[in-house]
This record gives sequence, C-alpha cells and structure tokens, in this order.
Amino acid sequence: MSAALEGATPAARLQDDARLAAASRRRQRREKWLTHLWLLLGVLVFAFPIWITLVGSTHDTATIGRGDVPLLPGSHGLENYTAAIETGGSGRYRSSPAALMLWNSALMAMCIAVGKIAISLLSAYAVVFFSFPGRMLAFWTIFITLMLPVEVRIIPTYQVIVALDLFNSMAGLTIPLIASATATLLFRQFFLTVPDEYVEAAKIDGAGPLRFFRDILLPLSVTNIAALFVILFIYGWNQYLWPLLIVNDRSLETIVVGLAKMIGSGDTQNEWNVIMATAVLALLPPVLVVLVMQRWFVKGLTETEK
Amino acid sequence: MRKKVIFRGVGLPILLLAPQLAVTIIFFLWPAGAAIWQSVLQEDPWGLNSQFVGLRNFQEVLTDPDWRLAAWNTLIFSVAVAGSAMSVALLLAVQADKSIRGANIYKTLLIWPYAVAPAVAAVLWLFLFHPSIGIIGRALNAAGILWDYKLNGTQAMLLVIIAAAWKQVSYNFIFFLAGLQSIPKSVLEAAAIDGARPMRRFWTVVFPLLSPTTFFLLVVNLVYAFFDTFGIIHALTGGGPGKATETLIYKVYVEGVQNTNLGSSAAQSVILMIFVIAVTAVQFRFIERKVHY
Repeated sequence: MSAALEGATPAARLQDDARLAAASRRRQRREKWLTHLWLLLGVLVFAFPIWITLVGSTHDTATIGRGDVPLLPGSHGLENYTAAIETGGSGRYRSSPAALMLWNSALMAMCIAVGKIAISLLSAYAVVFFSFPGRMLAFWTIFITLMLPVEVRIIPTYQVIVALDLFNSMAGLTIPLIASATATLLFRQFFLTVPDEYVEAAKIDGAGPLRFFRDILLPLSVTNIAALFVILFIYGWNQYLWPLLIVNDRSLETIVVGLAKMIGSGDTQNEWNVIMATAVLALLPPVLVVLVMQRWFVKGLTETEK
Repeated sequence: MRKKVIFRGVGLPILLLAPQLAVTIIFFLWPAGAAIWQSVLQEDPWGLNSQFVGLRNFQEVLTDPDWRLAAWNTLIFSVAVAGSAMSVALLLAVQADKSIRGANIYKTLLIWPYAVAPAVAAVLWLFLFHPSIGIIGRALNAAGILWDYKLNGTQAMLLVIIAAAWKQVSYNFIFFLAGLQSIPKSVLEAAAIDGARPMRRFWTVVFPLLSPTTFFLLVVNLVYAFFDTFGIIHALTGGGPGKATETLIYKVYVEGVQNTNLGSSAAQSVILMIFVIAVTAVQFRFIERKVHY
C-alpha cells in the first residue's frame, strides 16, 4: 500500500487517509456490536433457565403438566408461593414447608460461615503470633483437611456422627463442616502482612495477646472477614451430600435437599408449579448475597484461592 | 512464617487452636483413618464380623466392570465440564474485558450463577429438558429427535454436563477476567503496533500470558467436576439410566449408603483420597510458581 501512496499527490493521499480512518472506525463499531452480542448471548443463556422457572412458578399445575410451557408470567404466582411456603410439596414426593426449610438452610449457612471464620481466625492468630512447640504440626494438621473433602470419607464420617449421637441434629449438620484450611490460610496470609510495630506498640502499652487480638487485629481483618463470609455463606447454603446423609428428620430438612426430594423421579404428574416456586426460593438468598455484596464476593473468591 | 515480635506462652495458643484441631481430628483424621482401616477389612453388612483381607477390596474394586464404567464416566464428564465451562468463560471474559458501555452490568449479570447450588442448577435444567414439561425437551421431540434423558444414557450424560458447566462458567469468568486485566496494556499495544490482527494477537500474546490462570482453573474445574457435582447427578438422574451417569463419587455413595458394602466403599474412598492428595500437591507446586511469576 505504501508503494501506491508514494506516487500519489498530497491531496489524494489525504483522501486515502480519511478513507482508511473511516474504514477503521467502521470496523471498530462492528467489533463493539459483536462484543455486545456475545455478552448479551451469555447473559441470556445464564438467565434463561431462571426465567422459565420464574414464569412456571406463576402458572397452575394443569398448564405446566399439559406441557404448554408459557414464556410469560401467569396469574397463579401468589397461590403457588403460598403453597410452597406454607405446606411444601404435597404430591407423591412430600417435603417440609419451604418456610421451615429456608429457616434451616439459613441457620445452617450462618453457623457454618460464622463457625469457620471464628475458629480460623483463632487458629491463624495462634500460628502466626505465638511461638510454641508443635506449631508446625498444628499448621499441617489443619492444612491436611484440604485433601480430605467429605466426599472421600462419606461412610466413616457418618459413623463418627452416629457414634457421637449427632445424627439428626443441627450440630451434626454444621460442626463437622467448620474446619477450614482455606480460611486459616487466608487469615494467616493476612496476619503476616500486619507490621510488627503494631505488636510492639501494643506490648509497650501493656496490652496482652487477647486484647491485641480484639482491639487491633480484628478491626484490621474486617474486609477479609466480609469477603470470606460471602463465599462461606454460599458454601453453607448449597450443601447437599452432607445434609442428605446426616438428617432424615423432616423438621431439619434444608431447602436444597428438600427441593430435590420434591422432584422424585421427575414424574410428569408432579406439582411442577409449586416445585418451581420452591426452586426460586432456594436460589434467591445466595444469589442476592452475591449481587448485594458483589465486591466482597469477587475479593473473597480470588483471595481464598491464592 | 516468622514474625520478629511474638507473644510468649504455650497454654493460650493451644487453647486458640483447640476448636479447629478438635474438629479436624474428630471429623477428618479419624474418619480418614477409619476409611483406610475399613478398606483392608471384609465386613458383613451389619458390622458384626470383620476379617482382615489385605488389598483384596482394592483388587475387587479395580477389576469391577461397574467401577471401571464409573471411572470412564467420570473422565468424560470432567473433561467435558472443564472444557466447555472454561472455553465459554474465556470467550465471555475476553468480551467483557474490552472497553464498552455497560461492561459492569454485564459482569454482574454473568457472575450470579456461581451462587446457585449444584442441585438447584440441576433442577433448573430439568425444567427445560424434561421430555414432557420442558420447553427444550418438547421442542426436541417435536423436531423428531427422541429426547428422554430418563431412558437414554447419552442424553442423561449430556444434561448433567450442561447443568454442571452452566454453574461453573461464572467462576471461571471471574478468574479469566482478573487474569486479562492483569496483562499490561503496553504489551497489547506493542503487539498492535507490530500489526498483529486481533485474533492472532489473542492466541500469540494474550493466551500464553493467561496460561497460569488457565492451568489453575483446569485443576479447580476438574476437582469441581469430580467432587462438587454429586448434587447434580443425585437430583437429576440418580446415576441412571442404568449406570450411565454414575461417577466415582456417586458410586462410593451408592456402595456405602444403599448397598452397605463398607469394605468396597472404603477402598473406593481411599483411591479417591490418593487422587485428591495428588491434585492438591500439583496445585500447590503450581501456586509456588505463580508467586515467582
């Protein structure tokens, strides 16, 4: 192209430049449109299942059972959600009322998130700020839990729960899940960045280790705690295998497990509208947590994986 | 790990560590030990009698055609989930990284599926692909494709893969986006000035720079597909039809909980434990490298 331009008059060259610039602008605009198109497609693929579920939860059983899947909301939303919340699944596959299951899930998620954060803060504090025999052993013992997810020790853990008489209890549901190597590692990492001068100053002021922890370290850790809380709340809320094993008492059923039970083997005769309402109720709390606390969420996610 | 100023005392730190260590020992180490112990025993289903059988349980597991099928299913499932969830996420992350209007809104709308429980994700996709009430299931049948994931093993596998991948895209998206944003703009500009076309620029400059993220995500995605998708399979197919969607984790559950074959279940657990330990080791070696990078 430069060879062709060399022979051209200045005016023609100018014209050529303008044409090139216009072409490049057009290409950029086309690229922008393409970018929007891809992202919109992604958003739609993500949202489509939820939309259908939302819509389905506002129609009556017959409409859905017939297979006329509507694309727009109907007028039975109120009664479906009332049915789900107050009585739960009432067909062949029963479940507890969603109100109870939501409460159980919330309690379980809170206990797991708060428990994990609390014991991880304490153990990270001990490992970083104290020098005592067995420190490394303690650290590695905690670290090893990373390699032993519930899924690889299903039966023996179940036997331990039965032996300790924790079967069918909120304690059995939550306590075994609160050991956390990732949370401990995260706090340890953060504590190591706290300047030594803080400890020195605290010591000079006569503050003991517990006082230092409460008045200085905890306030400094607030951001990390918030970020971790978002991740752990979702982790707790979404538990499936563990509640399935440890609880068969209907009054302790969590919403994720209860929802799956309502489906049974997926018969066409199911009360699909109530099931869909329950599905919306099951996914709403953790999704809201992510949307409201988006910044903490991204921070928590990327930092716990370091 | 070393602090210059450290508090003294032994009692207090032990006390601080006690809750974490207690939970770890009682609910992690003891059961893991028990799994190893049970894996070399032959026990009757009521737990009354047991005898030492050495590695026979392992031998039986490894030669069991059902276990081999589950291993094969796990492989197909994991590779498909990791592959599709990662490529879709990379495509979206590259788009979201460009300076366009509304980029933040897109990001918000792309990250929320992370919060959906695997079992709930399964239920959402069931609503779509159910052969008689699902909009896509019905459309497929109307188009002459016999679709019923409750009868057709391949279709069942496809459905669990879709549900599992759908949920994992958000996670990968967040990490890919963070990876893209950490690439210095000057590198990209240099490539642009050299006249590299956008596609070429991506594969020769951006993608290699993303390789630490990609490798990290590959490990995380495989682990996710292995362990965290139990809920999807349990809620959607129950391992069926036949054993078409039975993965290794699902088999441990079936063997231990439904068939109460403790020796075999324990042996399978131990095999999986070895796998996790290997993966964790790989992951941590890699992370050490990332620090230097």
